[in-house]
Amino acid sequence: MSSTPVDTAVDATARARDLLGVSRLTNSALTAWLHGLPGVDQVGCEARAAALGTRSIKTDSKKWAIDLAISMIDLTTLEGADTPGKVRGLCAKALTPDASDLTAPRPAAVCVYGDMVATARATLGTDSGVNIAAVATAFPSGRASMAVKLADTREAVAAGADEIDMVIDRGAFIAGDYLRVFDEIAEVKKACGSARLKVIMETGELVTYDNVRRASWLSMLAGGDFIKTSTGKVSPAATLPVTVIMLEAVRDWLDLTGEMVGVKPAGGIKTSKDAIKFLVAVNEVAGEAWLDNHWFRFGASSLLNDLLLQRQRMTLGYYSGADYITDDAPSLY
Amino acid sequence: MTKFEYAPAPESGAVVDLKPSYGLFINGQFVDGTGTSFKTISPATEEVLAEVAEASAADVDAAVKAARAAYTRVWSKLSGADRGKYLFRIARILQERAREFAVLETLDNGKPIKESRDVDVPIAAAHFFYHAGWADKLDYASLGPNPRPHGVVGQIIPWNFPMLMLAWKIAPALATGNTVVLKPAETTPLTALLFAEVCQQADLPPGVVNIVTGAGVTGQAIVDHHSIDKIAFTGSTGVGKAIARAIAGTPKKATLELGGKAANIIFDDAPIDQAVEGIINGIFFNQGHVCCAGSRLLVQESIADEVDRRLKRRLQTLRVGDPLDKNTDVGAINSRAQLDRITSLVAAGEAEGAERWDTGCPLPEKGFWFRPTVFTGVSQTHRIAQEEIFGPVVSVLTFRTPSEAVAKANNTPYGLSAGIWTEKGSRILWMADQMRAGVVWANTFNKFDPTSPFGGYKESGYGREGGRHGLAAYVTTGEGA
Amino acid sequence: MSRVEVKKTYKLYVGGAFPRSESGRSYEVTDSKGRFLANAALGSRKDARDAVVAARKAQAGWAGATAYNRGQVLYRVAEVMESRKAQFVEEVRAAEGLNPTRAAAAVDAAIDRWVWYAGWSDKFTQVLGGLNPVAGPYFNISAPEPTGVVAVLAPQSSSLLGLVSVVAPVIVSGNTAVVVTSFNRPIPAITLAEALATSDVPGGVVNLVTGNPAEMAPWLASHRDVNAIDLTGVADTDIAWAELERAAANNLKRVRRPLIVDGSAVEPDWTLSPGLNRIESYLETKTVWHPKGK
Repeated sequence: MSSTPVDTAVDATARARDLLGVSRLTNSALTAWLHGLPGVDQVGCEARAAALGTRSIKTDSKKWAIDLAISMIDLTTLEGADTPGKVRGLCAKALTPDASDLTAPRPAAVCVYGDMVATARATLGTDSGVNIAAVATAFPSGRASMAVKLADTREAVAAGADEIDMVIDRGAFIAGDYLRVFDEIAEVKKACGSARLKVIMETGELVTYDNVRRASWLSMLAGGDFIKTSTGKVSPAATLPVTVIMLEAVRDWLDLTGEMVGVKPAGGIKTSKDAIKFLVAVNEVAGEAWLDNHWFRFGASSLLNDLLLQRQRMTLGYYSGADYITDDAPSLY
Repeated sequence: MTKFEYAPAPESGAVVDLKPSYGLFINGQFVDGTGTSFKTISPATEEVLAEVAEASAADVDAAVKAARAAYTRVWSKLSGADRGKYLFRIARILQERAREFAVLETLDNGKPIKESRDVDVPIAAAHFFYHAGWADKLDYASLGPNPRPHGVVGQIIPWNFPMLMLAWKIAPALATGNTVVLKPAETTPLTALLFAEVCQQADLPPGVVNIVTGAGVTGQAIVDHHSIDKIAFTGSTGVGKAIARAIAGTPKKATLELGGKAANIIFDDAPIDQAVEGIINGIFFNQGHVCCAGSRLLVQESIADEVDRRLKRRLQTLRVGDPLDKNTDVGAINSRAQLDRITSLVAAGEAEGAERWDTGCPLPEKGFWFRPTVFTGVSQTHRIAQEEIFGPVVSVLTFRTPSEAVAKANNTPYGLSAGIWTEKGSRILWMADQMRAGVVWANTFNKFDPTSPFGGYKESGYGREGGRHGLAAYVTTGEGA
Repeated sequence: MSRVEVKKTYKLYVGGAFPRSESGRSYEVTDSKGRFLANAALGSRKDARDAVVAARKAQAGWAGATAYNRGQVLYRVAEVMESRKAQFVEEVRAAEGLNPTRAAAAVDAAIDRWVWYAGWSDKFTQVLGGLNPVAGPYFNISAPEPTGVVAVLAPQSSSLLGLVSVVAPVIVSGNTAVVVTSFNRPIPAITLAEALATSDVPGGVVNLVTGNPAEMAPWLASHRDVNAIDLTGVADTDIAWAELERAAANNLKRVRRPLIVDGSAVEPDWTLSPGLNRIESYLETKTVWHPKGK
C-alpha cells in the first residue's frame, strides 16, 4: 500500500487505445470493442452457476473454505443511520470476530461511508491487517457531478481509506455513453492514489448478462482494481451467475493483459452455504489464484456470523446458536 | 497441490438393499429362470453387486404369455383413466424412492451420482407423469381415427441410461394400452429389477410389465417371439439393423433408437463460455455414453485456437472418479468391453495422425476408467470422426462457412442430433433446417424432456420417443387408403 | 381413306427427361383383353439407379421450395390432367378393362387426389408439428420434414388412381420419388409423366420407371441413397416383399409395408378417402431446442 501514486488515468487511456488499436479513445471505439465481446446466453450461464452450486464441500475442505470466506469479507455498514458507535462496533467485530475462539481469521476490511473512515481508523489502528474500504462517488446512486465524486473520493483517501468502492454512472452506461463511464472510473482511480479501487457496476440495474460482461470489461479497461456487483441497495444484488460472468471476465482479462483484477460480489450473500458456492465458482471459473482476499471479497455483514456459527459447529462438533456469537450490527428496527 | 481440495463427499450406498441374487419378473412375481445366471458388477470397483438370472427362450415365452394374458384379460379392458392412475402411482413411487434408484443406478452403471440424481431418475419419473395424462386422452392426440394398442410390446434397452430408457419405453407403452416384456442391458439390470418392485407397490396388474434379464440371446428370443406385436429397441445401429431384418415380412412393428455421431457446431459469434459448457456437456455427460453425444466438434476455423484453449482449460476442472462422490463429473466406463472399444478407437485416432490430448488426471486403480480426451486435427475421413466411440472422447474438426459446416455435419450415415452455437438468430434457424438430424440443440445440448420427441434420421433409427409423436409408435389406427 | 396413325414411343421419365432404358430393352404392353397397345421401356437396375441419382439431385431444391409453392405445383398437375382427361380415361379403360363410366370415375378420383394432397402441402406441418412444453426455459418445437428419396412400388392394378395415391403423398412434403410403375399397365403412368413434365413439377422430383418390379425392387430396397420404400405394389405379384424389407434394413430405410389382409399383400381400395398416414410414412420429426433468456 505504500507504492508511489502513478498517473493511472493517463495510463488507462493510453492502454485502452493500445488494446483497442485506436489512435484516439472515442465512444464509438469503446462501443465497437464492448459490443464485440462474446454474448452471454442467460440460460446456459445460469445452468453453469447452478451446477457449480451443487458441489458438496465437506469436512476439511469446508473448514478451510469457511476461514477463507471469513478472511474475504468486507464487513459492511452503509446506513443513513450509521453512527460512530455503530462503526466502532463493526471495527471491534472485525478485530475479534469470535471472542470465544481467537483463531478465527479477521475479515479483509470494514466498509463504511467516507465520513466514517476516520472513526474506523481510530478503532482499527494501522497494523490490524483489517483494511478500511470507503464507498465514494455519491454512493449508491452515483448521481452527482464529477467534482463531487472526486472530492468524495479524495476525502475518504485522505481520512485513511485503503480501498475505495465507487459506483459507475449506470445511466450513462445504459445510454451507451461508455466513454463517460470510462473517464469517470479513470479519474476516480487517479484520485485514489495508492488506494485500491473497486468499481461497483450495480448489476441489478444493468439487468442483462451481456451488460454485466461489458461493464466488467469497461471497468477493467479503465483501471479498476476490483469489479464489484452491487451497492447492496438494489435487488437483485450479488447473484452467482453474475459473479460467474465477472469471474470469466477477470480470467479472460488476465489472458489478454497479464494483469489480475479482483472480484467482489456484494449484497445478498448471507449464508455459509452460499459463500462456499461462490468460492467453488472462484476456484473453477477464474482459478485458484483468486482464492485469496487480495483478489476476492464478499461485501457482507450478516454473512460473517453465519460463517462463525458454522465454524463453531465444526470446531465443537455440535450446533451453536446466535447467543454464542457477538453481534455488533443488529437491526435498528 | 491445489488450494481448494474438495474432500470426498460420497453418497451413502446404505439406502440400497441389494439382494445377492435376482430372478425374473414375470406375471407380477419374481421367479427363478430356467436358464443360467450372470453377475452384474460395479464398473467403478469391479465388485460383484448381484447374481442375475439369464432368461432363456422358455422364460421369455412365459413372460410374453403373461403379457398377452394381462393384455387380453385386464389391461385392454381398463379405461384409459384407470391405466393413467397406475402410471401416476408409479411416477409418485419413483419420486419417493428417487434416492434409492439414483444410488443403485450409479452403482450398477458407473455414472456420477449427480447425474443419476438430477437427470436420470427425475426425468424417468417425469415420463411416467407425462404419459399417465395421455392414457385417457389418446383420441385427442391426432394419431388418426380410433387409436388402438398393438398388444404385447417387446422392449430392449441399453446400459447407458438404464432407468431413463426403461421409462421412455414402458410409460408410453402402458399409457396406450399395451403390455410389456422388457429386457434391460446385461451390465445394468438392477434398476429395472427395482422397478419391478415399484410395479408391485403400485399394484399394477400382474403381467402388464414383465422384466427379463439377460444378454443378446434373451433379446433375440424377444424379437423372434411370434406373439410379440411390436419391438422397441434402443441400442447400437448394428443390432438395430439385425432387428429390422429379423422382423422383415412379419406383422411386427418396430421403433429403433440407434447410434449417432453428432456434430456440435461452434460459430465464431457463439456465446463462448456457454458454448464451452455445451461442448463439455455434449461429450462428457455420462462419460460420453450417449447416443446423441456431441462427439464431432465442428469449430469455425477463425476461433479454433481459442476454443481449443478454453476447452482444455475447462477440462482440467472436471473431476473424474468415484461415481458415488457428489462432486464427480465423469464416472466409470460401463464395462471392460466398452473400455476396450474406446481404447482401440483412440489408438486408431492416434495412428491416423490426429493429435490426442487428455487431462492427465489420476484414475482409480480398480474399475474401468478413461480420461476425458480431445483429438484435434481430425478429418472427416478419420475413424474417430466416423465411428461412434461412445466414450469421453471428442474429435475436433474445423469449418470455414455455414455451408461447409452443414456439409460436414450431415456427412455421416447417422442423423440423431446436432448442436449449433451462434448468437445470430437467422443462422440458427437456417442451420436447424439444414441438419439431417432428429434433435437439434441450438445454444444448448443434451437436453431431454418427456414432452419433446427424440429420435433419428437415417441410420440413427426410426420412430420417435417422447411427446405426442412418441405415442404414435404404440398404436394402430383405422386409416384407409 | 383413313389416315395412318402416328404411334407413340413410350419411354422412362427420369430427371425431367424421357430417356429410353439404358438396357435398350422394351416389352409389349397389352390391354386388358390382351391386344397389343404399345412397347414400353423395360427399365433395368441401372435405370433405377439413374432415377435415384436424379431424385437425390432434385430433393434439396424441392424440399426447399415453399409449402405454398409445392401445393400449387401439385394443383397444377391436377389442372394439366384435367385438360388431358379424355386421354387418361381411354388409357385407364384400356389398361384396366373398365367401362367408360368407371374409367372416367377413376380418372376423376385421380385428379381429385392431386387436389386433396395439394391442399396438404402447407398444413401437415401444423397438424403434425408443434410446440412442446418442456420443463425449463427453452423454446422447443417439433416439425416434420421429408425423409429424402423414396422408392415407390406402384400398385399393379390401379394404373392411375393407385399410382397417384402413392406418389402424391410422397412428394407433397418435399420428398422425391423413384417409382416403379405397374408392370402390366404402364401406359397411364407414362402419360402422367407427360402431365408432370408439362406442369411445374421440377425434373427429378418424380421419376417413373416402367418395367418389372421384381427386377428393380431389390436394387432399390438395398440402395443406400434411398431413404424409404413403399412396398404397396407387391400386392398381386410374386415378389417376396419380406426380402425387400430385409434388404431395406441395410441402411434402415423407412419401410411402408403392403396392406396385409389374411396374411397376404393386397392392393388397397383406392376409392377410400386417404388419411394422413401416407404422408406421415415419409416424414422425419425434427425437434429444435433453444434457450429463452434476456
